[in-house]
Amino acid sequence: MVTATALEKELLELAGSVPDPELPVLTLQELGVVRAARLHGSDTVEVDLTPTYTGCPAIEAMSVDIERVLRAHGMRQVTVRTVLAPAWTTDDISPEGRRKLREFGIAPPRVHSASGPVPLSLGPTRTHTHTTETQPVRCPHCGSPDTELLSRFSSTACKALRRCLACREPFDHFKEL
Amino acid sequence: MTATGPATVPVTAALALGDDALVLSHRLGEWAGHAPVLEEEVALANIALDLLGQARILLSLAGDEDELAYLREERAFRNLQLVEQPNGDFAHTIARQLYFSTYQQLLYAELAAGDGPFAPLAAKAVKEVLYHRDHAEQWTLRLGDGTETSHERMRSACEALWKFTGEMFQPVEGLEADWARLEAHWQESVTDVLDRATIPLPEGPRTGAWSAGAGRQGLHTEPFGRMLAEMQHLHRSHPGASW
Repeated sequence: MVTATALEKELLELAGSVPDPELPVLTLQELGVVRAARLHGSDTVEVDLTPTYTGCPAIEAMSVDIERVLRAHGMRQVTVRTVLAPAWTTDDISPEGRRKLREFGIAPPRVHSASGPVPLSLGPTRTHTHTTETQPVRCPHCGSPDTELLSRFSSTACKALRRCLACREPFDHFKEL
Repeated sequence: MTATGPATVPVTAALALGDDALVLSHRLGEWAGHAPVLEEEVALANIALDLLGQARILLSLAGDEDELAYLREERAFRNLQLVEQPNGDFAHTIARQLYFSTYQQLLYAELAAGDGPFAPLAAKAVKEVLYHRDHAEQWTLRLGDGTETSHERMRSACEALWKFTGEMFQPVEGLEADWARLEAHWQESVTDVLDRATIPLPEGPRTGAWSAGAGRQGLHTEPFGRMLAEMQHLHRSHPGASW
């Protein structure tokens, strides 16, 4: 493991300061998708970026934004490499990122130790959680833990659609991955 | 993509896995504008997007993703016949999803545990596939154990696609997997879901002369040609076009 130089740290911070194209309240650093910046020579840099979901279309916009920011900082050549391993998980979202998601009206993912979906069961007419979840998904609007699942899939691959049974507001939940 | 370059990737295996993902992604995309409810429209499109992401990475390991997707003839595709089957009614789509996502989840989990060229992608994708499988399972239970009509449609869909499931466990050159064990786990898992959905396990043969299954060798069923014609039409009519 080569130690990052001061300039590499600065470049990594700059790349991480780019807002997420889909959730502009979050930076890429808070989302946990920028992994490393490596300097080759004085003005050539390689950045490691990991996708949240394999098919996430935002990755291309992220790469372009990172390139632009680093070029503006004097880098002549910027290469953004997509890395898959280790696989990104929602646990990589920083505490600050979680707070911002909640303020934006999106319930943040629960922290988990095991990967995979939280087991759910389905009622006869609509999806409803019956399982004993140790951590309920709280409504980002009123804070109530009494919420129900409407759909496992929502406006983007990373979100599920839920509804608050207390204030009746529907909301997106950044689902655990 | 990773430290492993294309030179060490077994092309046959990359095409088999990549074509499964690409073809099923296209089939699920056909639901756009036709799904029974808005939530399902979004769910099926999201699953299709995950699969398309897998396909892009896998096909890029084997060559140029666009050339492979848009310029190959039917006989050069290595996908399972199961994934090319038409959407049918919603129950058929769910049965196809149940059979395939159970298989994909087990296979990817095994690949992810190894250190072969597909391990990084498999480790990433297996978590997404768990959601696909969960979606299919919940719908199988809901339709199977639902009304008389939904039960009958779900039963008939599971029955109709059964003959395409044996092919999944034919060894693929370049994939290190214990196929017999995968098949046993798949049977166990699918049987458990169908039991709970009150659907009898289909009885027909899954392999042999009277069952389907030569997609991995490039032999496909009739609907696949029509699907490819639609999928490749734009690229072939306007080579190099972009927007």
